[in-house]
Amino acid sequence: MGIEKFVFYFFALVMVASATMVITVRNPVQAALFLVLTFFSSAIIWMILEAEFLAIALVLVYVGAVMVLFLFVVMMLDINIARLREGFIRYLPFGAVIAVVMAGMLISMVGSKNFGLAKFAEPVRHVANYNNTRELGLVLYTKYVYPFEIAAVILLVAIVAAIALTLRRRPTTKYQKPEEQIAVKRDDRVRLVSMNAEQKK
Amino acid sequence: MIALSEFLILGAILFCLSVAGIFLNRKNVIILLMAIELMLLAVNMNFIAFSHYLGDTAGQVFVFFILTVAAAEAAIGLAILVVLFRSKRTINVDDLDTLKG
Amino acid sequence: MPDNMQTIYIWIVLAPLIGSIIAGLFGKKVGRAGAHWATIIGVAVACILSMIVFKHMVIDGAKPFNGTVYTWLVSDGVRFEVGFLIDKLSAMMMVVVTFVSLMVHIYTIGYMHDDPGYQRFFSYIALFTFSMLMLVMSNNFMQLFFGWEAVGLISYLLIGFWFKKESAIYANMKAFLVNRVGDFGFLLGIAGVLMYFGTLDYATVFANTGPVVGKTIQVFPGSDWSVLSLICISLFIGAMGKSAQVPLHVWLPDSMEGPTPISALIHAATMVTAGIYMVARMSPLFELSETALSVVIIIGAITAFFMGLLGLVQNDIKRVVAYSTLSQLGYMTVALGASAYAAGIFHLMTHAFFKALLFLGAGSVIIAMHHEQDMRKMGGLRKYMPITWITSLIGSLALIGTPGFAGFYSKDSIIEAVGHSHIPGAGFAYAAVLSGVFITALYSFRMYFLVFHGKERMDEHTRSHLHETPWVVTIPLILLAIPSVIIGFIYVGDMAFGDFFEGAITVLPKHDVLGALAEEYHGPFSMMFHSLLTLPFWFAAAGVALAWFLYMKRPDIPNIIQEKLRFVHQVLDNKYYADRFNEIVFAGGSRLLGKVLWQNGDVRVIDGVIINGTARTVGIISGIVRRIQTGFLYNYAFAMIFGLMFLLAVFVLR
Repeated sequence: MGIEKFVFYFFALVMVASATMVITVRNPVQAALFLVLTFFSSAIIWMILEAEFLAIALVLVYVGAVMVLFLFVVMMLDINIARLREGFIRYLPFGAVIAVVMAGMLISMVGSKNFGLAKFAEPVRHVANYNNTRELGLVLYTKYVYPFEIAAVILLVAIVAAIALTLRRRPTTKYQKPEEQIAVKRDDRVRLVSMNAEQKK
Repeated sequence: MIALSEFLILGAILFCLSVAGIFLNRKNVIILLMAIELMLLAVNMNFIAFSHYLGDTAGQVFVFFILTVAAAEAAIGLAILVVLFRSKRTINVDDLDTLKG
Repeated sequence: MPDNMQTIYIWIVLAPLIGSIIAGLFGKKVGRAGAHWATIIGVAVACILSMIVFKHMVIDGAKPFNGTVYTWLVSDGVRFEVGFLIDKLSAMMMVVVTFVSLMVHIYTIGYMHDDPGYQRFFSYIALFTFSMLMLVMSNNFMQLFFGWEAVGLISYLLIGFWFKKESAIYANMKAFLVNRVGDFGFLLGIAGVLMYFGTLDYATVFANTGPVVGKTIQVFPGSDWSVLSLICISLFIGAMGKSAQVPLHVWLPDSMEGPTPISALIHAATMVTAGIYMVARMSPLFELSETALSVVIIIGAITAFFMGLLGLVQNDIKRVVAYSTLSQLGYMTVALGASAYAAGIFHLMTHAFFKALLFLGAGSVIIAMHHEQDMRKMGGLRKYMPITWITSLIGSLALIGTPGFAGFYSKDSIIEAVGHSHIPGAGFAYAAVLSGVFITALYSFRMYFLVFHGKERMDEHTRSHLHETPWVVTIPLILLAIPSVIIGFIYVGDMAFGDFFEGAITVLPKHDVLGALAEEYHGPFSMMFHSLLTLPFWFAAAGVALAWFLYMKRPDIPNIIQEKLRFVHQVLDNKYYADRFNEIVFAGGSRLLGKVLWQNGDVRVIDGVIINGTARTVGIISGIVRRIQTGFLYNYAFAMIFGLMFLLAVFVLR
């Protein structure tokens, strides 16, 4: 068994195991951390497939940003875990059967009969100084430049939407309102009162 | 030599695990969102495997876009979750049945 | 001249239309006088221009004009156009239509004097003139059909002019429905023409009859029909409706519910002759189908004879004239069937004059009698209304075919032509038209004697008010009496026996009965004197004599005859039970059918199954489906997963 094969099987195993943990652990924080592990092993398998840029992007974007966001939210919200776990055991057999049947069907579809080495030979490895990022960039900025721009817009929309959704003003917080400050007139602030001078006796 | 089918089977297993996750954690929206991320990961796995074995970069470009959209989806989903929690003090799916007309 | 002829043609049809619009839409503004002046000027312009066209066409001998004025639409090579075909046939029709129409317009001023719908009436009759002109001047089937339907519509409006009168509403509905039966045939005929000739243009159709001759079509499985016969008979069914031939005649007597000027214009002189005109125009088609000609001649003969008989028992003065119209239309149809188209058209023209005259005379009597129409309450009117008396006498003499009068020449040529024809059914037709002469004379003079001679049977009040009608009524009578006398004498040589309609009417040599007769024709005088020795003259004379004997000499006899022949009288009085038959079989049948369809089709199927059923089904299904909509996210997710499972299963198991 070559090193490549070993790495693949090892991380595939880690991936399946951690994915199983994601869906079964009680604590959402743990689930999020197992999800990080899943992504991480997935990134290594992508490395084997010579998708270096995406593997790094996965780690950076998912592990670094999205999963942190998940953890943030999980910790921020005061969740009653016990109630959320209701019916877990009850649905376990049903979910397991569904998953096994579906897995059986999928595997029979994508198994070595249809997609084995006989049908898809192992491609030639790229040379040592092959640059996956450059290859991806070449198509991304030429052929797919339009979808690329749209993806950027989608991200922007997501940013705006996420902020707009969660933004709220506490009534107790005090804000500075420049426009009101500028619009102030003298009469609003100063009141001239005429009164008789007091005389000391 | 690792065959294409092995990557695909890995993706399939991952996909089925996430489906099972949706069944099991039907009440916990956070885990549901995580399961969806897993599903997308399974799909991405297939894309990259095909991209590699067919020698076509297009598959990786697609994964790139899926990552983009998934990130956006996660951000908005979590934002909604936060708003939901603020107004209802719960994220239990059983309490959220206002979709019924 | 030819350049502005086209302008003239357009103005002939537009002038009455403009008059009609002014009277119809601005009736309140222009007032009564404005309405009748607008329409009369419109029709007078049309009449004068028609006469110019007639002169141009007949006396100057100009070439027929056939041109398109406006193309409405072109669809798959078929052109729908407005165009004019002006030859001697249509020129003559135009003059007749506009002249009679003008007379009726003038007459109406007097007749409708006190009617609240004065402007409406003028608008209708001017519009009628427009439609009729469109019909006769048309150069294609589309426009013919337009004019055909338009005159039908206006006929409907005018029969029901007094729309508060129950019987008028009944009559106009009846006229409309019966005409619809005919129009259906007509439309089928036009459709047949379009199908086999691929065009609606007269000239093209007539020029291309060759390939269609001998073609057959299976109307019912297993029976081959000649296409031409089928087309001709379908067209003739249309003519039967409009020209009131048996069995579609039932609407014409009832149409007398309308004002009398209408009866004169539409239901005697012009519209009802549209069928005759149409068949004559289609002569190149009819000539090629002996079957169709036989049908035409037999239908015409039945109408001519049996409808005349009905005139004998009527007491309503207008109905007598109406049945006489039916009978005369029968004569024209017989002429068409015998291929004597020219004679038929000739009779159409003379008939238009004297029948309009008779109707207007009857109307004049009705005015004088304060709208009393029962002849049994008249009598001796000769003294009180001399002009009406004289003109009516002239009309009656012309109608019965007194030698020298207009009706004589036209009718005699028809009878002679039928006698010479060898079309199957011609023998029967000859017998029918010959005995028809006797009957015509009998009922015409029965009416004449009952109205103008004998004892004065009206009540005292009416008699004290009897006087001649105003000049607007009598002038048209006089103007119509003149052609009723002389027109036959002038044109018999040209129209009936000459080549007046050369090019407009086609007659195959083997059918050319008029050509054969022309060899024996030696001028109108000789025809007049010769007739004194022939059967029709003596039949007519016998009829008049019998009428005189029965209604002047021995007025008691008719009642005795009526007693003795109770059964015959009853049949005649009930118009052969045709109305009753239609009422029960067609009207009752369709009502029953409608009721069955309503209860089963409408109430059960459409309302019960389709409308309420749909709603109920939707309700039931949605009652089930709404259970699926729980509002829980995971249920929807499960649905998606099951869908995915299903698709996967399809892939795997395939």
